[in-house]
Amino acid sequence: MAKSAVKLRAKAKKGMIDIKCLMSHPMETGLRKDKKTGEKIPAHFIQTVVAEKNGTPFMSADFNSTISKNPYLRIQVAGEKGDEIKVTWTDNKGESSSGAKAAK
Amino acid sequence: MKRRLFMKGTLAGSAITAALGAGLLAPRAVLAAWPESAMTSKEIGDTGMASATVKIKAPEIAENGAVVPVTVDATGVDGIVESISIVAAANGVPLAATYNMKEGAIPFVSTRLKMGKTGDVYGVVKTASGTVNAKTQVKVTIGGCGG
Repeated sequence: MAKSAVKLRAKAKKGMIDIKCLMSHPMETGLRKDKKTGEKIPAHFIQTVVAEKNGTPFMSADFNSTISKNPYLRIQVAGEKGDEIKVTWTDNKGESSSGAKAAK
Repeated sequence: MKRRLFMKGTLAGSAITAALGAGLLAPRAVLAAWPESAMTSKEIGDTGMASATVKIKAPEIAENGAVVPVTVDATGVDGIVESISIVAAANGVPLAATYNMKEGAIPFVSTRLKMGKTGDVYGVVKTASGTVNAKTQVKVTIGGCGG
């Protein structure tokens, strides 16, 4: 997996943190076929995404393969500037990656 | 046009069944928490009552069905929001994502999903006292001719 598979931006405003993140992932549904060989491309998609603030998870999301390729996610949490935000995903092959940033 | 859509739908449905069989071979043990039955179900599921307190934002016309931005804002809903689900009714597997909210989270999510064809998109909000939803129709135009 690419080194920074989760791009993250966290901005604190009026007691809440607005988090935007981009995960780099192919999100294959398992329904597409390889044009050259005619074989099915196996499903490969993010299943769970966990977002943490200062080490405490505040949101866990279950994704289906119907989420677009390179998923974009925008969430909000109560918090202040300087809080550490971490987003971790795990896909159906057991691979995972995360990104962390302090809220600005 | 209707008939064509129908044919497409049935084809997509059978492909999903095949994929499910293949999916069983993948290492699933570590992902016990992932709600597989809901995520592979072809039913829309319980969407609860329509409510004006839930706000859903999606484009009226999506030129590219592979990237449909959807925002669900449940900040106006009474009580504590337990989860927000995004359901694209026309998809083979309607449930796209479920966001489980814990302490501190503000019930607002925005993401992008894939849509095979024109259909309603539901934002389903679950609270301790019940389930409410909001829906909006997204028209998917493929190849530039209006659906």
